[in-house]
Amino acid sequence: MHLLRKLGFYLVALWAAVTLNFFIPRLLPGSPVDAVLAKLALRGPVDPGTRRAIEIMLGADDDTPMIQQYFAYLGGLFTGDLGISVTYFPTPVTQIIAQSLPWTLVLVGLATTITFVIGMVLGTFAGWKRGTWLDSLIPATTILQAVPYFWLALLFIYVLAVNLDLFPISGGYNPSMVRPAFDYPFLSNAVYYGFLPALTIVLSSLGGWLLGMRNMMVSTLSEDYILTAEAKGLSPRRIMVMYAARNAMLPSVSGFAISLGFVVSGSIIVESVFSYPGIGFTMLQAVNNNDFALMQGLFLIITVSVLAANLVVDLLYGVIDPRTRARG
Amino acid sequence: MAQTQSQTPSRLRAALGRALTPSLVIGAGLVLAIVLFGLIAPFFVADPNAVDNAGMHGPSAQNLLGTTQTGQDVLAQLAWATRGSLLVGVIVAFLALFLSAFFGILGGYLGGWLDEVFSLFTNVVLILPGLPLMIVIGSYVQQRGLLLIAIILAITSWAASARVLRSQTLSIRNRDYVQAAKIAGEKPHRIIAVEILPNLLPVMSSGFVFALITAILGEAGLSFIGLGVNGTQTWGSMLFYAQNGQALTLGAWWWFVPPGLMIAVLGGGLSLINFSIDGIINPRLRNAPKQLKRVKQAGKQAEQEQAERAEGDTGPDERDETSGHDPDQEEVAV
Amino acid sequence: MSIHEQSPIRDEPVLTVQDLNVVYEVEHPVHAVRDASFALRRGEILGLAGESGCGKTTLAYGLNQLHRPPARITSGSVVFHDRDGGDIDVLGLEGDALRAFRWSQVAMVFQGAMNSLNPVLNIRTQLGDVFTTHRPGMSGAERLRRSKELLELVGVEPSRIGAYPHELSGGMRQRVMIAMALALDPQLMIMDEPTTALDVVVQREILMEILRLRQELGFAVVFITHDLPMLLEVADRIAVMRSGEIIELDTAENLYFEPRDPYTRKLLGSFPSLTGSTGDFVRAGFDVEEAR
Repeated sequence: MHLLRKLGFYLVALWAAVTLNFFIPRLLPGSPVDAVLAKLALRGPVDPGTRRAIEIMLGADDDTPMIQQYFAYLGGLFTGDLGISVTYFPTPVTQIIAQSLPWTLVLVGLATTITFVIGMVLGTFAGWKRGTWLDSLIPATTILQAVPYFWLALLFIYVLAVNLDLFPISGGYNPSMVRPAFDYPFLSNAVYYGFLPALTIVLSSLGGWLLGMRNMMVSTLSEDYILTAEAKGLSPRRIMVMYAARNAMLPSVSGFAISLGFVVSGSIIVESVFSYPGIGFTMLQAVNNNDFALMQGLFLIITVSVLAANLVVDLLYGVIDPRTRARG
Repeated sequence: MAQTQSQTPSRLRAALGRALTPSLVIGAGLVLAIVLFGLIAPFFVADPNAVDNAGMHGPSAQNLLGTTQTGQDVLAQLAWATRGSLLVGVIVAFLALFLSAFFGILGGYLGGWLDEVFSLFTNVVLILPGLPLMIVIGSYVQQRGLLLIAIILAITSWAASARVLRSQTLSIRNRDYVQAAKIAGEKPHRIIAVEILPNLLPVMSSGFVFALITAILGEAGLSFIGLGVNGTQTWGSMLFYAQNGQALTLGAWWWFVPPGLMIAVLGGGLSLINFSIDGIINPRLRNAPKQLKRVKQAGKQAEQEQAERAEGDTGPDERDETSGHDPDQEEVAV
Repeated sequence: MSIHEQSPIRDEPVLTVQDLNVVYEVEHPVHAVRDASFALRRGEILGLAGESGCGKTTLAYGLNQLHRPPARITSGSVVFHDRDGGDIDVLGLEGDALRAFRWSQVAMVFQGAMNSLNPVLNIRTQLGDVFTTHRPGMSGAERLRRSKELLELVGVEPSRIGAYPHELSGGMRQRVMIAMALALDPQLMIMDEPTTALDVVVQREILMEILRLRQELGFAVVFITHDLPMLLEVADRIAVMRSGEIIELDTAENLYFEPRDPYTRKLLGSFPSLTGSTGDFVRAGFDVEEAR
């Protein structure tokens, strides 16, 4: 029951995203069709079929009723048809997404996991040892949280890449040295190129996790069951981990949805700063080239990824908090 | 209510003294300084758009913060950008506050199917990634006015605080005095305005400050990728021009450091303010372990909260134990 | 009370408290416990009674250093007399020695219906915790067997061992708390309002359970409550506390029939008597109010 409710919610959210994606170009003022056609005309003559396809996609098709268009659009989604990219004409949007998605998934996925772990561990200690130097670290992370992702990225590039020449300025790997393959040279090169973008994401999203965890630790430590655990003579380590931190991290996990939205948004801009070949960078290229099909396809895939990640976390939450299981 | 009125001035001052933590003072100071800079400085600086041949040179007596690639004065740009960013931030924060109050408080108070629909809507908006949505909307609209950008930012940033407001409203709704007002036949809008809103003020002000940070960061992000308000200088647009003007590779730190620093300082200041608001909402978080006085207060508060929690599901005996008012009662069960 | 017929009390001390003082080190220090002295015999139930804030909980928590800052023990001594001979200076213990002492010698029972069990760990883990900490040599199967035995001992169906606290009723949770306290066969149990949050019927069941177990296992109990009539039924001796001081310490019978201190009389008078005439309680309550 609980599970069904959850799944229902994600279906509604997915439907909302898909529908938004359909109505945004149709309900906003101005027709982008001409802009797209002008772009295409630069590459050569545009045949009427392409012209028609673009009109349909952008909602400039006045002949078919809106509702019919909507179902045609939904049908297209189910068959995996997201249209043709203008920027990389005539590559299908799905193919471009398939190329850029892994980069972002690995970068954001790894960075988020690392941040979460560091945030939970430091937050646990900061809450456990209140009043020590760790606690005075808290305001500093707050400032760090207020620093815009992309500005931090700019600073890193300026100091670490341009001036000290420790890291590359942009890109996902060095195409003149390695080519994409699942081998050591490529992977190590990709890690080298991905280090600064990941560092940016970790540093600017760490504060939120840390602060949330620390505050929950403080609240949890005044619970009665902590006193029970102390009376039982358990080691401080066990009390801290099994009794305090385990309970204190629950809100952080259930608040994952909000945080992930921020991280994904931030990483889009970070990718653009580093020209990292992921979803975010591709999206900005689509914006600059008025490539609406690509843009909308990317919006959908980002949303679906965020929803999927949250669904996974939600299911995990049921495992770590038995109370939700019982309610189901 | 009666209790608030009977507070003597000295007690009020004591409460104020407790609220005036160092972090609040520093935070408010930083924010005030930036706001004043944005309000006053634009009247005294040179034309931010005036082009000069002496481009891309560092700080000097003539241009305190150097010039851009096209010789525009960075300080002048910074002054106007501060004004622009603050303006967007404040408009968005008010819009977001309104939206979150509407969906959170109304849904939470009225309950029933309306609450179901509202909270489903809130959760959906919350889970959809904001920036990609903003980018899609922003790129379809060619003429991006201030109001449009503000609305885009507001509709993607109200949901989190609506959820907080809803849960708070739910707990206040069930308190005795609200029930009493209901039974006495008070109209719903009056109950919300008189009984519920005052209790939500700390949470709402924290939500407002949070919305302000989110809005300024969000606007900066949008402007940085070239989708900001047409023709308005903001911190984000300065960074956009700086990156496109090769400020990084040419080492023109005076161009890209100041706008980001302003965002960071303002954000830090606002966070510090939020920190102390949090401390008022949840006294257990107040951190000054050296002062045992505070430890004592925290203990008291924790116990009162516990008493409140306990009241729901325990008998009168339990209430006796925890709601006494002897001076040393508070200490015992710490 | 058939249980009292064969007294489980043995005439040798298990705990001696001498001039214990506990102060809350706050801006205006609060002297929560003043010069408390008493000796507890093996198998004896000592009631600690008094109104809210009289210092009874502080005193009890001081007995195994469970008091939290800003509370501080300023002077006095607590000596635990182990049944294997040898005295332990409890206040001198710290670190691992203190943790080993806790629960194996002095176990505690808190208000179980409240929040004293961790809501996200099941009963098995929370019972097993005690063994993994204090009996590291024990195998997993042995831990499980012993845990089930304990549940059976306190009248909880052993099959419920996988349950989480929210799946149990208030009375069941309190029984689990008691089972946990019995795990290491302690010589002393401190019970802090163990029945307060329970309804009257369950309260009685738990009390009978405690008396039965004490009869069987022979542990001593420090029983904290503000419910003096209940103490009169279960306790062998009762200490009445007021403002941090033990103002009267006597057997339950003497305290009931010949209370010496006027405050004890007030305390006894402030509970309604089933046999008293109508209006007794109102008058008695009024007296108490006046006396303040």
